[in-house]
Amino acid sequence: MAALPLGRKRDMNAIGWPNFRSLNQEGIVFAIAVVLFVAAAIGLPGFIDPNNLLAIVRSVSVLGILALGMAVVIIGRGIDLSAVAIMAMSVAWYLQLLNSGTPDGLAFAYVLAGVLAIGLLNGFLVAYADVPAIFVTLATGSFVFGYVRSQLITQDAVPVPQGHWVELLGGLRFLDIPIEVFVFAGLAFLFFLFLRYTKWGRYIYFAGDNPVAARNIGIPVRPMLVLRYVLSAFVALIAGLLTAASLHSINTRVVNSTLLYDIVLVAVIGGIGLSGGRGGVRNVLVGAALIGILLNAMTIIDIPLLYQNLIKAAILLGAIIVDGVINPRDEQTAQQGDI
Amino acid sequence: MKLIRTLLAAATALAVAAFVAPTFAADDPGPAAYAQSLKGKRVMLVPLAMGFDLAQGWAHYLKTEVEAWGGVFETRDPNWVVDAGAQAITDAISSDTRPDVLIIHAPDLNSYSKLMKKAQAAGTYVLLVDNPANFPADAFVGSDWDRLGQLEAEAAIKGCGENSSKKIGLVQGDQANSSSLYQYAGIMKVLDKHPDFKVVAKPDSNWDATTSRNVTTTMLQQNPDICSIIDFWDGDATGASAAIRDAKLEGKVFLVTTGGGEKAADCDKLQDGTYGAVVMTELARQSGDMNAIIKFLLQSGQPAGTSHTYIYTLEKATTKADLKPDSCWDLKALQAEAAAK
Repeated sequence: MAALPLGRKRDMNAIGWPNFRSLNQEGIVFAIAVVLFVAAAIGLPGFIDPNNLLAIVRSVSVLGILALGMAVVIIGRGIDLSAVAIMAMSVAWYLQLLNSGTPDGLAFAYVLAGVLAIGLLNGFLVAYADVPAIFVTLATGSFVFGYVRSQLITQDAVPVPQGHWVELLGGLRFLDIPIEVFVFAGLAFLFFLFLRYTKWGRYIYFAGDNPVAARNIGIPVRPMLVLRYVLSAFVALIAGLLTAASLHSINTRVVNSTLLYDIVLVAVIGGIGLSGGRGGVRNVLVGAALIGILLNAMTIIDIPLLYQNLIKAAILLGAIIVDGVINPRDEQTAQQGDI
Repeated sequence: MKLIRTLLAAATALAVAAFVAPTFAADDPGPAAYAQSLKGKRVMLVPLAMGFDLAQGWAHYLKTEVEAWGGVFETRDPNWVVDAGAQAITDAISSDTRPDVLIIHAPDLNSYSKLMKKAQAAGTYVLLVDNPANFPADAFVGSDWDRLGQLEAEAAIKGCGENSSKKIGLVQGDQANSSSLYQYAGIMKVLDKHPDFKVVAKPDSNWDATTSRNVTTTMLQQNPDICSIIDFWDGDATGASAAIRDAKLEGKVFLVTTGGGEKAADCDKLQDGTYGAVVMTELARQSGDMNAIIKFLLQSGQPAGTSHTYIYTLEKATTKADLKPDSCWDLKALQAEAAAK
């Protein structure tokens, strides 16, 4: 999206029809989502029901929140593979502290400090030690899981103490809409404002597009990098709290699940390039919408999980292939390479 | 004289023998033989993960018993990763301290078959616990999952009642784990006998609570008059119960699940009405079965892989009405006990 002014001109041709050559991955995925939505609305009874649509949004809220954090990191040409570990382990530790009688304020302060420390560590190793993000975050993710699981908690599933605010948070509704939908919407709006209208937000695109040039013109590339990983860690904590709020417990098994890939999937399928410098909040929303509609429709049709994964993967592959055909890789990407 | 001396000697010998004999009679040869064949023997448990109630319960009961007869008890924690489990088994077989008995909680029907064969060839008895596998182990100890599914279905039908919608929803685990496949088969067997009851949806949770919540939400959205849901594991049924709570259908949907009978996971939730019925495994008894077959195998002298025994744990569906103080075992108490030692 950095080249927006140029791209705009090519959106439509002389007679006003959309120019299909300018359709990017976001457009393609959005089109697929719309087609799926219309097909499901016609073909599946109950799909168009407002409550079902709400359930769809809710089912992708936590995923979308995590994808927002991931998106900011990816736009700055990085990746955060520790997000799910931070999400599950921070909250598991928090609940364990509460269950063993630590005062709430103190427990939360510990956890906040822990999350901040991991975000800083990720950022520091990537920015100042020049270790590739994919290795750093893979390692810190395993470390966080291993340390918390073996030293701080006694079993996979940690329950929320009865009557605690996290439990009450899960029951919170405005206009019958669960709280996580509002949190997702609010965070999406904040991230949009940050990326679009703040100086540091804009700098992320420059840094992601060409870190060396960004540094040469005086952008504080390294401190900003650290900030992004801290941001991603905090977003993970919020996602974890919402998960625990809804389920009244947190199960650390989620670290072994495909959730991490789903987060990357939502960001990438929405059109945020892994080579950095491209995309925004809208891409996350489009990606989350497609995944949400797809999973809901497949559940209504009662497609077994094995086929669901197959269909999900096939659609991602299809989107990438179509993107590759209509948006061939340019010289610049070829030289820099993706992640 | 010689004869007298011989007689005297014989009499003395007889007297001595008579004197000693009572102590011989009081000395039961059992304990010595028992100690001889068991002492120093190594037992290793490789569950799917050490971090959940079943594994922690087994480990507690096995450790207590094995250490009591002078054996060595060890666990390995693959943390739900099949490869890590395979690695742990491989290492165990080839190490200098090869376990004499390997207790394996199989992740699916086939993954560890070759390794278990190798273990038996090396002389290690192989016990399968909880999850059956396509392998003739020395013994299988665990649930008859088909029977367990039947019990769940019967509980669901009872929970629904005659005047209900007779619509049942299933939240399966996955399509690879034997516990999920056989459980499904058992449920369908019972429902075939009750043709008026029908399954309106049967999504998979992949054993994940969030997925269970999402699919249950959709299921209840599509069929708000469902009278019962069977979730295939209490580990993810928290998700199904959250969906029921969110849909404000508490008390209207009878949630049936299965678990290891741990207090916080099962009995507390029966008590507060989250679950309508739980088919619980009596963990202490199951562990006792394992202990018994381990002791038998180690004394039998038979080579590993000679016999194949199935020891199914007695299961029953427990509802709030028949909850007793001892219906569940308490993981917290076991942990406190272990910490106190």
